[in-house]
Amino acid sequence: MNWAIAILQTVLFVALAPLLAGFLKFCKCRLQNRRAPSFLQPYRDLLKLTRKQPVISENASWLFYVAPYIIFTMMILAATVIPLIAVDMPTSESADVIVLVGFFAFARFFLALAGLDIGTAFGGMGSSREMTISSLAEPAMLMAVFTITMTASNTDLSGAILHILHSGSTLHPSFVFALFALILVAVAETGRIPVDNPTTHLELTMIHEAMILEYSGRHLALIEWASQLKLMLYGVLIANLFFPWGIAQSFTFGALSFALVVLVLKLVVLSIFLALAETAVAKMRLFRVQEYLGFAYLLGLLGMLSHIILESTR
Amino acid sequence: MNWKINFLMRLDEEGIFVKSEPYNQFELWEINDKYWQRFAELAAENKFRWAAGFAEQSGEQFYVHACFETAGNYILLRTTINISKPDIPSQAPVYAAANRSERHTHDMFGITFLRHPDPRCWTRHKAWNKHEYPLRHDFPVQGNPSKITPPDTGYHFIQSHGVGVYEIPVGPVHAGIIEPGHFRFQAVGELILNLEERLCYVHKGTEKIAEGRTPQGLAKLAGRISGDTCVSHAWAACIAMEQAADIQIPRRAALIRGIFAERERVVNHLGDIGAICNDVAFTFAFMQMMRLKELWCRTNYELFGHRFLMDKIIPAGVLVDVNEAASAFLLTEIQELRAELSQIMPALDLNSSLEDRLYTAGYLSPETAAHFGTLGFVGRASGQDFDVRRDAPYAPYDSVYVKVAAENQGDIASRFWVRYKEINASLKLIEEFIEQLAKLTEGDLIADWKTPEKESFGLGIVDGWRGEIISYVRFGENNTIARFYPRDPSQLNWEALEKAVLNNIVPDFPVCNKSFNCSYSGCDL
Repeated sequence: MNWAIAILQTVLFVALAPLLAGFLKFCKCRLQNRRAPSFLQPYRDLLKLTRKQPVISENASWLFYVAPYIIFTMMILAATVIPLIAVDMPTSESADVIVLVGFFAFARFFLALAGLDIGTAFGGMGSSREMTISSLAEPAMLMAVFTITMTASNTDLSGAILHILHSGSTLHPSFVFALFALILVAVAETGRIPVDNPTTHLELTMIHEAMILEYSGRHLALIEWASQLKLMLYGVLIANLFFPWGIAQSFTFGALSFALVVLVLKLVVLSIFLALAETAVAKMRLFRVQEYLGFAYLLGLLGMLSHIILESTR
Repeated sequence: MNWKINFLMRLDEEGIFVKSEPYNQFELWEINDKYWQRFAELAAENKFRWAAGFAEQSGEQFYVHACFETAGNYILLRTTINISKPDIPSQAPVYAAANRSERHTHDMFGITFLRHPDPRCWTRHKAWNKHEYPLRHDFPVQGNPSKITPPDTGYHFIQSHGVGVYEIPVGPVHAGIIEPGHFRFQAVGELILNLEERLCYVHKGTEKIAEGRTPQGLAKLAGRISGDTCVSHAWAACIAMEQAADIQIPRRAALIRGIFAERERVVNHLGDIGAICNDVAFTFAFMQMMRLKELWCRTNYELFGHRFLMDKIIPAGVLVDVNEAASAFLLTEIQELRAELSQIMPALDLNSSLEDRLYTAGYLSPETAAHFGTLGFVGRASGQDFDVRRDAPYAPYDSVYVKVAAENQGDIASRFWVRYKEINASLKLIEEFIEQLAKLTEGDLIADWKTPEKESFGLGIVDGWRGEIISYVRFGENNTIARFYPRDPSQLNWEALEKAVLNNIVPDFPVCNKSFNCSYSGCDL
C-alpha cells in the first residue's frame, strides 16, 4: 500500500509538472495584458515534440543521446524524495535532502556535458554559465535546507516536515531566513527571471537554453519536461517544507485528496508570486548573479546562525 | 560662408583645384582624382563629416563621389577616373566611415582604392565571381547565377590568441525572426575583446535593378530598401528626382510627407523602446509598446491604406490626402498616445532592475561616434547634435521649430530616452503640420512631372527615423533612371556598434545591438 501511494505520488509529480508550467504562463500572460494559451499547452508541446524526428549533429557522441534520459530519470528520482501529498513514504526514507541535491547536481552535470559535447560556442557558453551559477547556488541551497533539518535533527524531508507539523505554530526566525534563501536559489536553479529567461530567443543571453539549443524532437521533450519537473520540485519543496499544513499523515483517501487540494492551492499562490516577480523585474546582468546568490547564501547562513543562537535548546 | 572661403583657400595652398557648382541643398565640387585622399585629410582637419561614398559608370569613365557635411552644408565631391585604370587613393585611412563604402564600391565596380586599410571584400560573398563587377554596364541585370550559391567561406575574420580566449560565431541564421547578419566575437570569459560584423547576406541588387526604371518605379523600389523606413527612403529618392527634374512640390504634399515621416518615426521608436526592454526580459514594457505601435499601424492602414505607409510618397507629390476627418482622428490619437506614455514611461524610469541593465552598458563615446559619423538617435545619444530637419531643413521642416534631443551619455539608456524625446518632438511636429494643413487653401497633392534632361542628377537628403538618409539619383534618357544610390544611416551606425560593445560582456550584446537597431536590408542593398 505504501509503495503504491509512493508510486502514485511520483506519477502525480511527473504528470502535473507541465500543468504548473502552463498555469505560470497563464499568470504571466494575464499580467502582461495578453491572451494566454490553454493550461494544457505544455502537454500539447511535449506531444508535438515526441512525434518529431530528432535532428542530431554529426559531432554528437553517445553522451548527447543519453543525457536527456539521465536528466529526466534524475528528476523522477528527485520527485520520489520530496513529499508531495503525504509524508512517511518508503521512498523518502531511502534518500534524504543531501541525496536530493545530489540528484540535481548529477542531472546538471550531464546537461552541461551534453552542452559541451556538441561543440558549438553556445553550448559551451551555456555550460560554463550554468556551472558558475550552480557552484554558487548549491551551497546556498544546502545551507537553507540544513537550517530546517537541524531544527528537526533529521536530514530526511519527511522527518523535517513532521517535526514542523508537530511543533505547532511556533515562528522560527531561522525559517524565515531559510525560506527566502531557498526562494532565491529556486529562481536561479530553475532558470527564471531575473537570473535566466526561459522564453528568450537571444542565444548570447541564454544559460539553460544555450545548453539545449541543439536538442530537438523527443530529446528536447524530455529535457523540457525535466525542467518543468524541476520547477515543480522546487515549488513543492518550498510549499511543503515551510507551509506543511494540509499534507496527509495517514494514507486514507480523504486525507490524500484533501492534501492534493491544499497542495494545488499552495502552488497556485506560489505561481502567482513568481509571475508577479517575473513581470516586475528585468533580467539582471550576468555578473550580478554572484551577488544575488551570495545574498542567498548569506540568508541561509543567517538562518543557521539564528537557529543556533535563538532556537537551539542545547 | 566663412568656412567655405577658408577651406577653398586651404585647398588652393595645397594646389587642389576645385570646380564648384551650387545646387539646392548641396554644392558639387569636382577635383582631380589624385587629390582624393588629400582632400579628405584637409576635410578632416576642418571637422567635416564624411557622409556617403558611391560611384557610377558613364561610358568609359567612372565618377567617384564622396559626400561631406559641415554645419548643415553638404558638399558632393566628384572626380572622374578612366575605366581602363580604375584606381584612386582611398579616403578610408582618414575617415573610418568610408571603409565599408569603398569596399562596396570596389566589389560593385572594380575600382581599387589605393592604401585602403582593409582589402577584403564586403558586399560580394560568393554569388558572383571575384572579377565580375555587377554595377558595370556590361554585367547583365539578371547576373550569372549558379544554381546554388556557394557558402561564403574564406573570409578572414580578425583572430585573437591567448589563454582562455575563444571565438563565438553568431548568425547569419538567428533564433529570432530577424534579418541575417554574422557576428564574430572574440571573448575571454564573458568579456568581449573584439566584435566583427559580416553583413550583406541579403544583397538584393537594389542599385542594379534601379537602372532603367521610371521615376514612379524608383520611388516604389526606394520604399523597399528597408521595410521599416518605407516613407523616408521613398522621400529621399523623390527629393533627388524632383531636384533633377526641377520640380516644386505643392505645399500640401510636403506637409503630408512630413506627417507620414514623423508617424513612421513614432511607430518605430515605440517598437524599439519595447524591444530594448524585451531584450532584458522586461516583457511588460514590450507588450505595452507593441500595443501602442500596433494601434498606430492600424490607423495608417485604415486612413491611408498601408500599415507602414509604403508607396504613399510618389514623385512630385503624395498619393493620399490627409483630409479634415483624418486630421481630427490623428490629433485625438496623439492625445491618447501622450496619455498612455505618461503612465508607462515613468513606470519604466522608476524600475531599478531596468535601470541597472540600461545605464552604462554599450557606451559609445562622443569621439568614437564622431569618428564613424554616427547618425540619428545613436549619434544624438553620443553628443552628435545633428539633425537634417533642423540643420539643413527641407520642406516642410523649413517652417517649424525642430527640437533635437542630444545627449552626451552614450549608453543604452541614453539611446532609449533619446527615442522617447524624439517621439514627443514628433508628436508636436505632426500637430503643427496638421495645423498648417488646415490653413492651406490650395489642395493639390501632386505637381506635374517634367521629364528631366539626360545626365541631370539630384541628391535627396532627409532625416529618416534612423537618421540622415542620402539618396543619389541620376537620370538617363527618356525619363529613366541611370543610377540610384541610397545611403541608409545604418551603413555608418553598424561600424559604431562594433566599438560600443567592447568591454561589455557577451550576454549584454543583444540589448546593445537592439539599442542601435541598425537595418540589415538598408546596408546590404
